[in-house]
Amino acid sequence: MKKISRRNFLLASGVVTVGAALAACGGSSSSTAASSAAPASSAAASAPAAAEGKVLNIWCWNDEFQSRFNDYYPEVKEIAADKSTTTLKDGTTVKWTINANENNNYQNKLDEALLNQDSAADDDKIDIFLIEADYALKYVDSDYVLDVKKDIGLTDSDLAGQYQYTKDIVSVDGSQRGTTWQATPGLFAYRRSIAKEVLGTDDPAEVQTYLSDWDKFNDVAAKAAAKGYKMLSGFDDAYRTFSNNVSAPWVTGTTVTVDENLMKWVDQTKEYTDKGYNNKSSLWDSQWASDQGPTGKVFGFFYSTWGINFTLLGNSLATPTAEGGKEEVGNGIYGDYAVCEGPQPYYWGGTWICGAAGSDNLETIKDVMLKLTCDEAIMKQITMDTQDYTNNEKAMNEIASSDYKSDFLGGQNHIALFAEAATKIDMSNAGPYDQGLNESFQNAFKDYFTGNVEEDAAKANFETAIKEKYPELTDVVWPA
Amino acid sequence: MAHTPKNQSEKAILTARRAWCYLVLVLISFLCLFFFYVLIINSTRTHFEIQKGFSLMPGKSIITNFRNVLTDANIPVVSGIRNSLLVSACSAALSVYFSALTAYGIYAYNFKFKKAAFALILLIMTMPTQVSALGFLQLISKMGLKNSFIPLIVPSIAAPTVFFFMKQYLDASLPMEIVEAARIDGAGEFYTFNKIVLPIMKPALAVQAIFSFVASWNNYFIPALVLDTADKKTLPILIAQLRSADFLKFDMGKVYMMVAIAILPVIVVYLLLSKFIVRGVALGGVKG
Amino acid sequence: MGEKTKKKGSISYAKWGYIFIAPFFIIFAVFQLIPLASTIYYSFFEYYRSGLKIIGPSFVGLKNYITLFATDLPKYFSNTLILWIIGFIPQIIVSLLLAAWFTDLRLKLKGQTFFKTVIYMPNLIMASAFAMLFFALFSDNGPVNAVLLSMGWIKTPISFLNTVWGNRGLVGLMNFLMWFGNTTIMLMAAIMGVDPTLYEAAELDGCTPNQMFWKITLPLIRPILVYVMITSMIGGLQMFDVPQILTNGKGGPDRTSTTMIMYLNNHLFSKNYGMAGAVSVVLFLVCAVLCVVVYFSLTKEDDGLTKAQRKELKAAKKAAAKGGK
Repeated sequence: MKKISRRNFLLASGVVTVGAALAACGGSSSSTAASSAAPASSAAASAPAAAEGKVLNIWCWNDEFQSRFNDYYPEVKEIAADKSTTTLKDGTTVKWTINANENNNYQNKLDEALLNQDSAADDDKIDIFLIEADYALKYVDSDYVLDVKKDIGLTDSDLAGQYQYTKDIVSVDGSQRGTTWQATPGLFAYRRSIAKEVLGTDDPAEVQTYLSDWDKFNDVAAKAAAKGYKMLSGFDDAYRTFSNNVSAPWVTGTTVTVDENLMKWVDQTKEYTDKGYNNKSSLWDSQWASDQGPTGKVFGFFYSTWGINFTLLGNSLATPTAEGGKEEVGNGIYGDYAVCEGPQPYYWGGTWICGAAGSDNLETIKDVMLKLTCDEAIMKQITMDTQDYTNNEKAMNEIASSDYKSDFLGGQNHIALFAEAATKIDMSNAGPYDQGLNESFQNAFKDYFTGNVEEDAAKANFETAIKEKYPELTDVVWPA
Repeated sequence: MAHTPKNQSEKAILTARRAWCYLVLVLISFLCLFFFYVLIINSTRTHFEIQKGFSLMPGKSIITNFRNVLTDANIPVVSGIRNSLLVSACSAALSVYFSALTAYGIYAYNFKFKKAAFALILLIMTMPTQVSALGFLQLISKMGLKNSFIPLIVPSIAAPTVFFFMKQYLDASLPMEIVEAARIDGAGEFYTFNKIVLPIMKPALAVQAIFSFVASWNNYFIPALVLDTADKKTLPILIAQLRSADFLKFDMGKVYMMVAIAILPVIVVYLLLSKFIVRGVALGGVKG
Repeated sequence: MGEKTKKKGSISYAKWGYIFIAPFFIIFAVFQLIPLASTIYYSFFEYYRSGLKIIGPSFVGLKNYITLFATDLPKYFSNTLILWIIGFIPQIIVSLLLAAWFTDLRLKLKGQTFFKTVIYMPNLIMASAFAMLFFALFSDNGPVNAVLLSMGWIKTPISFLNTVWGNRGLVGLMNFLMWFGNTTIMLMAAIMGVDPTLYEAAELDGCTPNQMFWKITLPLIRPILVYVMITSMIGGLQMFDVPQILTNGKGGPDRTSTTMIMYLNNHLFSKNYGMAGAVSVVLFLVCAVLCVVVYFSLTKEDDGLTKAQRKELKAAKKAAAKGGK
């Protein structure tokens, strides 16, 4: 159960500080966003075709997109007191269906609804649904999703500003089937004080030279251990940096191929565990959280955009803000973190918007995608208001080259690093099985790290688990 | 059966035994109450405090957490409580009444398939919900009952465990002579059941009503599959939704506060009726 | 039971029997039998979803069952039994002990209502909330480890949730805590149903409380013990929530805490109606066999019960009711 909250936690990607978008009912901020976006919005958008349905059904698993929509979609007229509907200026009613993801509940219900899409009345048909990176291809690689260019009508130039990897993840055979408003490149956040003691420097550029590949990273781990520090907190901290850099997709035909890079993760993590380079925690558990705080003895954490200024910051304080603590140097280890690129580029999290086949609101869907994922002005506005790292290279580069500084990171402009990392992410090997296989892989090998089973038994357990999840997968090939 | 200790040494032994008993009882009670205490404590702490570890001391955020839960428009607590109350009360009432009716039908009448019916119900008792959950979901979609309380309430008419309890209770406490006397007085069968048998079964009804209520109140699995819209959601679904909130709003303090809010009514009802419950479980148990 | 009703039953009332049980069976047929029938039917098919694509249904005979028995089922079955036993043994021992104390008239324990109320309370918490608390309490840096460390009993934290027996032990502990109150109260009632003159006679013969418990109480409440054990076993076979939540749905290290229903649940992930159906049918058969045992043990007693025994029972029940106050 905890795992589920974690996953949703991380999928939710994006933003940064707490002071964000609770902005009452979006009335004021949406109007500012609308006015700032005015030049970019075309006249066509406000006059949808006559055949458009009057109800736009949006399915999601939490209210993140809902608040973005209510706050930044220029056509929003009013929002119901219970937030269950939003009315657009042309009279269209947006109906929100939010199903929590616990127990796979969101996907179960979405599947049922999509399978019944044909027989549903027009106003009950799903028009837009949201997906996470982990299982994006399950939906993208199906007949239930619209091509954003061919079916919905976005053009290459509309999408030109978006980071390539955010398009690759939701593309099948060159057909892009979803768009997102956020990019979630990851970095390695380290403790300046520990780096100084272990490496003699806390300068991000210099620390990066010590961590630029895995061999060097392992050397630093040994040095840190010699000084009584742990390099990483848990087993899975580094997993994404390995799994995002595989040489082929997980599955071809019905054969699962375990990438060599993943076995490197296994070997490295086993070594770290046996030598005490990690603290044997798991993502999101209390050990992991407290390792990020004032009493932590961990060198650093792999975190993406949203994790740094929210989760890491919150965990680093000695006195939480709710108890009167201030987000300032002196409270816990505020100011003691810095970020560098680390050994390999990766991303963590992300939510995509998909148009559902059978929708009778194509024009509205197009406009929503245009305004909320392609519009540079709105993207920048979202970043300014919420510190969400948005999916627009130009807007982000502007902030990167500004004099933006993060006090939490000791005055570093981390947006610059994010902007650099985001272009290096290569997700062309993403596949529909990623979530299930990655989860089973981490889970099976955790028993190996903790010493409960031998490596061969962990491999066998992985094979058993994936055949339960995906009966169609017949063979598993391990690297020689 | 008043015993008077025969001599001093026996008295001492008795005192020692009693002390030992109290010690064990206090330890066990502590264990049971401890979880409630931790739950309450956690509902007064912030997300980061809860994440970082455990404390026996309350935090200072009880009001913040409470306000956060109440002001979240996507977590309609009030309608959640109302829906939970409605579903739980209705299913408790239905399952208790119809199980009693079924138990009485099997107890008081003699018909051909009586034994088969009894055996079948016992068999059903062993069937886990998960076994037929997917089929159930498909069925109610076909019946057009998605996002409705009906599939949560009506199936509780067939509650084998409640039936079983009622049947045992009838076996032990309803003499057929009473029923026969009523018939001689010219009472109809339904009249006899409603006016004569039901009052006799009151303790059993009360106990099972409370158990059914609690079971339905805590149920997440089926309601989550059936209900879609915010205005229909029950409390456990809202709790799950809080746990699935995006990282910006994910707040364990809020989750614990919500759990506390959800548990409170059950505890109050239980404490008010605890005598009934303790006695009732005992009634169902006596069988041999 | 059959004899008793035959004696006074008159055939003209038979239709009322059908009418009274009709609602139960109609609802059962609609909401449970239809889904169940489709479950059994599809257990002979290859029928699952790959993403959103539906594969099958195509008839494969007993293939699903063969796969099931060739691979994992025995392991999950024994896991389930082990987890159940770990919880059940302390449950029955503690319950017997408490029931004996509560009913011991010489002990005259005070505050019985309080204790009885309290031991029942864990049954009221949602399993998911309960598991959340267990996570917090038994994590590597949680309070349990902190206490053990500060007492000097251990040198490094025990990783309860990462070891086979730590996990199984916690599942057992949770089940124990949730159910021992219920069992205590049932056993108490049974003990109070024992004829008090037996104890008086035994006492005159100089029996110690220990002897009385082993020689009188235990043999006489045996039927209830059997009942408690079998119903608990059925509940145990259906065990799902507690291990599922405690292990994040993973089933513990090396799948050693994966129960039958958790295994079933794994197949539901891919909507594998074929394999899930086969697991369900096996599970159902095992439960059914146990149920037949319950049924026979109960009906045998019914038939063997005389009127006098019935009266005695009723008296016992009154005593039980009084004791409950």
